[in-house]
Amino acid sequence: MSGILNSSIGRKVAMALSAFFLMIFLLQHFAINILSVFSPDTFNEVSHFMGTFWVIQYVLQPVLIFGVVFHFVMGFILELKNTKSRQVSYAKNNGGANSSWMSRNMIWSGLAILAFIGLHFYDFWFPEINTKFIVGDMSGLIDPNTADSGFRYFEELQHKFHSHVRTIIYVIAFIFLALHLLHGFNSAFQSVGANNKYTKGLQGFGKVYAILIPLGFIFIAVFHHLKHVLS
Amino acid sequence: MNLTLKIWRQKNASDKGKMVDYKVDDISPDMSFLEMLDVLNEQLINKDDAPIAFDHDCREGICGMCSLYINGEAHGPDRGVTTCQLHMRMFNDGDTIYIEPFRASAFPVVKDLIVDRSSFDRIQHAGGFISVNTSGNTIDANAIPIEKHDADTAFEAATCIGCGACVASCKNSSAMLFVGAKVSQFALLPQGKVEATDRVLNMVKQMDEEGFGNCTNTGACEVECPKGISLENIARMNREYLKASLKG
Repeated sequence: MSGILNSSIGRKVAMALSAFFLMIFLLQHFAINILSVFSPDTFNEVSHFMGTFWVIQYVLQPVLIFGVVFHFVMGFILELKNTKSRQVSYAKNNGGANSSWMSRNMIWSGLAILAFIGLHFYDFWFPEINTKFIVGDMSGLIDPNTADSGFRYFEELQHKFHSHVRTIIYVIAFIFLALHLLHGFNSAFQSVGANNKYTKGLQGFGKVYAILIPLGFIFIAVFHHLKHVLS
Repeated sequence: MNLTLKIWRQKNASDKGKMVDYKVDDISPDMSFLEMLDVLNEQLINKDDAPIAFDHDCREGICGMCSLYINGEAHGPDRGVTTCQLHMRMFNDGDTIYIEPFRASAFPVVKDLIVDRSSFDRIQHAGGFISVNTSGNTIDANAIPIEKHDADTAFEAATCIGCGACVASCKNSSAMLFVGAKVSQFALLPQGKVEATDRVLNMVKQMDEEGFGNCTNTGACEVECPKGISLENIARMNREYLKASLKG
């Protein structure tokens, strides 16, 4: 057991496990966000629950942040080692003949997603942490002094998508997310040794997941943007 | 066919090396790629130039010595072949063809197109075997019944010739298809199960020490493998490794 985390296989299994966790989180994030399109009240209530329930805030949130940081840091470590393993490049290399663009450029799609997470944190996570833990307002209300002012979550979400530029950046980031998932979903299963009679079906499901989830996030961003533009 | 060749020339392991242009004329489309290089070498020798050093042995697709990266692909543009099985009919008259040695830190260039693949040998020595008493009372392997599917899958894994095309094609220079095949061919058979734990741990340890990269499941190795070794072997090795790590 001792050397497993220092071994190439141990590291790729660790990457895969963090990827599984992040893919489940992504599904949950999408399920909550899509509520903002169909029912702002439900979105507000679920957001308030997620933002104040102690298990989510103090147990799952730190685990999620660890998962994100671990996935990126391990990705960079593996990329650096992989770069060292071929110190002289080919004069001519036809990578497209034997592998997909997505599989060869996971580091770049990953970096694009990392940059997006920075923006996403700036937009939503840092203000949320500031309101709750620095200002000390756990009410989730637009005006904490007025009990019937309603929850602030839907308003904040809508406000962010007033900007053309921000909406375009979000759309581009979700395209990179789709590219990352198109390889990453099935790669994670292969890494943990799951390559069997179910693999073909799983590959199909992976493609559907990799396209539908980012497409759903794009729909949410564009929906709120157009709602503002057309109103 | 008249061709322009861009070939990697490197005097020795410590030389920096460079691509050099050559012209060859009147090449038959029915020649193998190695025969085309023979023609070029004859030309070079006749002009008192140093012939191009390249590795070859059986010239029937099983020695895995050739180590040539042709027009950006291991063993060239054809599928399921080594360089000696690659025919010039895969190219067109007037083509420019890039010929380089397999590139990986674990496969240092010895001279021109010859690389040192002894890192594969060291991985094999670390565990790619079964311990059988061969002093005269060896038990016939066929005395142990083996399920057809397992026997076939083990045989398919055992067809790996250790040519290194998987490493050369992988963007990370990973050797996991090779090691996966060698682990699998034993893991599937009862004779191999006895030493399965030590085998996979030692072979993976040696693979990492040799400086091969990490597999990111691009699948390039499977596509370029002249013997069609499947990615399933990497998944099996991963399972074997996890099982062995938890055990010991």
